[in-house]
Amino acid sequence: MSIDTVSHAETSPTTEQPFAALGLKPDEYQRIKDILNRRPTSSELAMYSVMWSEHCSYKSSKVHLRQFGVKAPKNDAMLVGIGENAGVVDIGDGWAVTFKVESHNHPSYVEPYQGAATGVGGIVRDIISMGARPVAVMDPLRFGDPSHPDTRRVVNGVVAGIGGYGNCLGLPNIGGEVVFDPSYQGNPLVNALCVGTMKHEDIHLAKATGIGNAVILYGARTGGDGIGGVSVLASETFDADGPAKRPSVQVGDPFMEKLLIECTLEVLHAGLVEGIQDLGGAGISCATSELASNGEGGMHVWLDRVLLRDSSLSPEEILMSESQERMCAVVTPDKVDAFMDVCTKWDVEAVVIGEVNASGRLTVDWHGERIVDVPPRSVAHDGPVYERPFARPAWLDARQADAPTADRLARPGSADEVRTTLLRMTAAPNLASKTWVTSQYDRYVMGNTVLAQPEDSGMIRVDEKTGRGVAVSTDCNARFAALDPYLGAQLAFAESYRNVATTGATPLAVTNCLNFGSPEDPGVMWQFERAVTGLADACLDMNTPVTGGNVSFYNQTGDIAIHPTPVVGVLGVIDNVAHRTPMAWTTPGDAIVLLGVTHDELAGSEWAHEIHSHLGGLPPVLDLNAERALAQVLIEGSQRRIIAAAHDIADGGLAQALVEMSLRARIGAHIAIPAGKDAFVQLWSESATRAVVVIAPASMSDFAELCARNNVPMTVIGSVVAEPTLTLSDVYSQEVSVSISELFEVSESVLPALFG
Amino acid sequence: MTARVGVITFPGSLDDKDAMRAVTIAGAQAVPLWHADKTLNNVDAVVLPGGFSYGDYLRCGAIARFAPVMEKLVDAALGGLPVLGICNGFQVLCESHLLPGALTRNDHLHFICRDQTLRMENNTSAWTTNFAIGQEIVIPLKNGEGGFVADERTLDELESEGRVIARYVGLNPNGSRRDIAGITNAAGNIVGLMPHPEHAVEELTGPTTDGLAFFTSVLSSLVTNGRIAV
Repeated sequence: MSIDTVSHAETSPTTEQPFAALGLKPDEYQRIKDILNRRPTSSELAMYSVMWSEHCSYKSSKVHLRQFGVKAPKNDAMLVGIGENAGVVDIGDGWAVTFKVESHNHPSYVEPYQGAATGVGGIVRDIISMGARPVAVMDPLRFGDPSHPDTRRVVNGVVAGIGGYGNCLGLPNIGGEVVFDPSYQGNPLVNALCVGTMKHEDIHLAKATGIGNAVILYGARTGGDGIGGVSVLASETFDADGPAKRPSVQVGDPFMEKLLIECTLEVLHAGLVEGIQDLGGAGISCATSELASNGEGGMHVWLDRVLLRDSSLSPEEILMSESQERMCAVVTPDKVDAFMDVCTKWDVEAVVIGEVNASGRLTVDWHGERIVDVPPRSVAHDGPVYERPFARPAWLDARQADAPTADRLARPGSADEVRTTLLRMTAAPNLASKTWVTSQYDRYVMGNTVLAQPEDSGMIRVDEKTGRGVAVSTDCNARFAALDPYLGAQLAFAESYRNVATTGATPLAVTNCLNFGSPEDPGVMWQFERAVTGLADACLDMNTPVTGGNVSFYNQTGDIAIHPTPVVGVLGVIDNVAHRTPMAWTTPGDAIVLLGVTHDELAGSEWAHEIHSHLGGLPPVLDLNAERALAQVLIEGSQRRIIAAAHDIADGGLAQALVEMSLRARIGAHIAIPAGKDAFVQLWSESATRAVVVIAPASMSDFAELCARNNVPMTVIGSVVAEPTLTLSDVYSQEVSVSISELFEVSESVLPALFG
Repeated sequence: MTARVGVITFPGSLDDKDAMRAVTIAGAQAVPLWHADKTLNNVDAVVLPGGFSYGDYLRCGAIARFAPVMEKLVDAALGGLPVLGICNGFQVLCESHLLPGALTRNDHLHFICRDQTLRMENNTSAWTTNFAIGQEIVIPLKNGEGGFVADERTLDELESEGRVIARYVGLNPNGSRRDIAGITNAAGNIVGLMPHPEHAVEELTGPTTDGLAFFTSVLSSLVTNGRIAV
C-alpha cells in the first residue's frame, strides 16, 4: 500500500484528489491548499473533508447561531455554555446538570435500527465527556404518513433501535415525541436527548493541556463502519436514484457503551484525566483536532497504534471512521498506569496513541512516515463560514392567506358531530396513545423516574436525600413553523417551557435540535434564520439561556424539504420531586379549571391536519408575558400544594387535554362549555398559553387569589366525577358523553394496528 | 444484627443500584459484590439484579454463569443461602442450573415495559414469606426475553410442589408457559422472578410499593431459619 506522505505531497502538487467525492467544494479544497501552502495529503484531505462538513462545522448555520450567544440572558445558573460537548447548568446544592439533544436523521432512514441506536449512543457519550453520569434519555421522533407502506419499516426499526440500545445501557427513557406528517416521508427525524448529573467539581472539558501528556484512545476498536457519515450522509440531500449509503451508517454495541460509561466515570472521579472527548461524527479526526485546538500547544499521533477491528484499513479510513463506543482522554504520564488499570477492570481496551507537545501543529505518523502536519485550529474551528443567501419563500403568502375559517373548512355544529369529531381526534395517530412505543423502552431503571410519558415532562430525582430533581420536555409543532418559522420556534419553546412548569418545575435552560431542509435553498435558509431569531428572542425574554444544541440540514429529498422543525428542549429544576404535579385527577368533586384564553385559532392545528389535511393561515398568537405568568401560577401552585393535577393544552386543544387526563385517571369528568362560547372552538382551538388544572374545593380560594395576583384568566369548566365517563354539556344545547373505556379502546388500538 | 444482603454486579448489570436501594429500604445492609470477586464477603443472602450481563450477546445469562463469583454463589446456594434472581438474574440462575427451565424471547418479539399484575402462589420460599397466597400485586415488568419455558414434566413438577411463586394475571406479557412469572427451587431458598420488585419499593418512583415484601421476606426468613440473630 503506498502512503501519501507530507513529503510526497510537497513534491507532487498536481496529483488529482477526490475532494468532490468526499463532499468538499472546489473553493474549500483551494482553501485547504492555501492553509498548508501545498496540496493536502490524502489523510489530511480526509480530515478536512469530515471536519469541514456541514454536520461538524456548522458552516451554513454559524452566522445565525451566534444569536444564541449574543442574546443569551445573564443567568447565574450557566456553568458551561455553548461550544463544549454539552452545556452545564447549576441546579443548587452543589449539583449541576448537563443536557443536550442531537439528530441522527439521515442514518435512521437508511438503516433505522442502527441509525437510531447509535443516535442514543452518541448523545450519551457527549454527556459523559462532560464528567456527568447520564440519568435519562428521551427521543423526539418524526415519521412520514402513518399509512404509507415505508413508514412501518422506519417506525419499527427506530423504536426497536432506541429501545435496544437505551435499555441495554440502563438509562430510563422518560419522554419525547412521536409525530407523523407526510413531510417526513423520505426524511424521518430521529432526535435523541440525554440528561446527565454531576457535582460542580466533576465538570470536565475537552482540551489537551500539559506538554508531554499522553493521549489515550479507549473503548471499542476502530472498524470500517460509518466512514464519511457526517460528510457523505448527513450533509447532503437524499437523491432518489443515488447510490445506497448504507456503508456510511455506524453499528452500535450498547454493552461496550455501558462499560465505557462506567469506566469513564471511574477515571474521571479518580482524578486521572486532564481533558476528555468523545468520538462521534468524524471520529479520530474530530477528537484529536478539537482536543489539540482547545489546548495550548500541539499534538502528535502515532496512528498505527490505533487498535483495529479490520487490519486492512488505510490511515485515511482510520481517521474518518465513525466506529461507535470510543473515547479519547488526555492523561499525565504518571497516571497512565492507573488509567489503564481502570480500563482493565472494565474490560475496556485502551492504547496511548499520541502526546501533547509544544509544536502548535497536529502531526500524525503512520509507521514512521508523516502523513498529517496541520494547524489544529484550521481543521477544528477555522472551517469555511457561509453567509448563505436567504429569502422569504414566494409560496408563503398564499399559504398564510389560506386560513381555516368556518366557510373554508367544515366544522362540527351539533352534539352528534362533536362526539364523532372527539372520537376521530382521539384516534388520530398524532394524538393517540403512544404506549406501543414507550412500552418498548425501560422507564424504571435507576429507580429515580418520578414522571415519564405520557406526563407533561419527564422528571428525574437527582438527590435521594433532599428530593431535588429535574424535569425535561421537548416540543415542536412543525406545522406552526411552516406557517411562520419565527413564531413557530417561539411556540415550540413556549410549549416546552409550559410543560416543565405544568409539572411544578422552574424552567432553567434550553437545548435545541434544528431540523431543516437544504441550506442551499434560500427559502429553507430563510426559515432557519427566522426560527433561530425567534428562539433566541424568546429565550432572552424568558431568561432561559440556550446551553447547546444541534443543527441538522439537508432533511429533504429532491426539492421537497421537511417542515422546518426546531425541536426545543427545556430543562427545569424542582426542589422536591415529591411536590410534582401529575396530569391525572384523582378525587371526585375537585374542580376542573381552564387557565388562559381561547381564541378561534385553528391554523396548523391537529384538527385541521387530521380532519381536513389542511395547512394554512397564521399560527396562534403568543404573549410571552402571559406565558411567564401562567408558569408562575403552575409553579407556585405546585410548591404550595394547591394544584391536584395539571395538563398543558396543545395539540388537539382542550378536548384532547381532557381525553388524556381521563385516560390517565381512569375516572371521568363533567365539563360544561362556558356560556356564549362556541363549543367547537373551545374544544379544538390550539391557542397558546393555556392549561387545565384540577383544584380541590378547599384550595379554590387560594388558587383564585394566585391567578388574580398573576393576571392569569381562570374559568371553572367542570368537576371530576367518580363514574368512568367524560361528559361535555352545553354542546350546542346538548350533552356529549363518552365512556373512558371507549376512549381507551380507541386511543390504545391505533399504533398497534398500524405498526404492531 | 442487621442482615447483610449482597448484590452482584456483572459487566452490563443495570438494576444493581436499584436492588441495593430496595435492600436498604427493607432494613438490611446492602453489600456490593463484583463479578470477579472470589468471595461472597460473608453475606446472608444474595440478589442477582436485572440488566444485560455481558450484553446478553450469546444467550441471556450464559456468560455470567462463568463469572468467578458464581462458583462461590452456586456452592452457597446449594447450601441454603437465600438467592433472588431478578430478570437477567433469573436467566443467570437458569443457566447455572440452580433453577429449571429457560427464558426465551418474548412471543411478540418486542421488549416490553409495563406495570404488571401478579398473583402470589407461594409464601414459603425465603423471598415470599410476607405475602398471602392469592394476593395480587403490581410491579414493573421489563424484558425482551422473559418467556419462561420448561418441558411438561418439569412444569407439572413445579406446580405440584408449589414451586410456582407468582403468575401473570390478565395479559401474559411474554408467552411464559402457564403464565409463570417466578419459581423457586425445591428447598425454597432460591427464587427467580422475571418482573422487578426492586422498582416497586417507593411511592414516588414505583407503581406501588408491593415489591418491598420480597426483600422484607428474606429478612424474616433469615431470622426464622436462625441464619441471623435478631
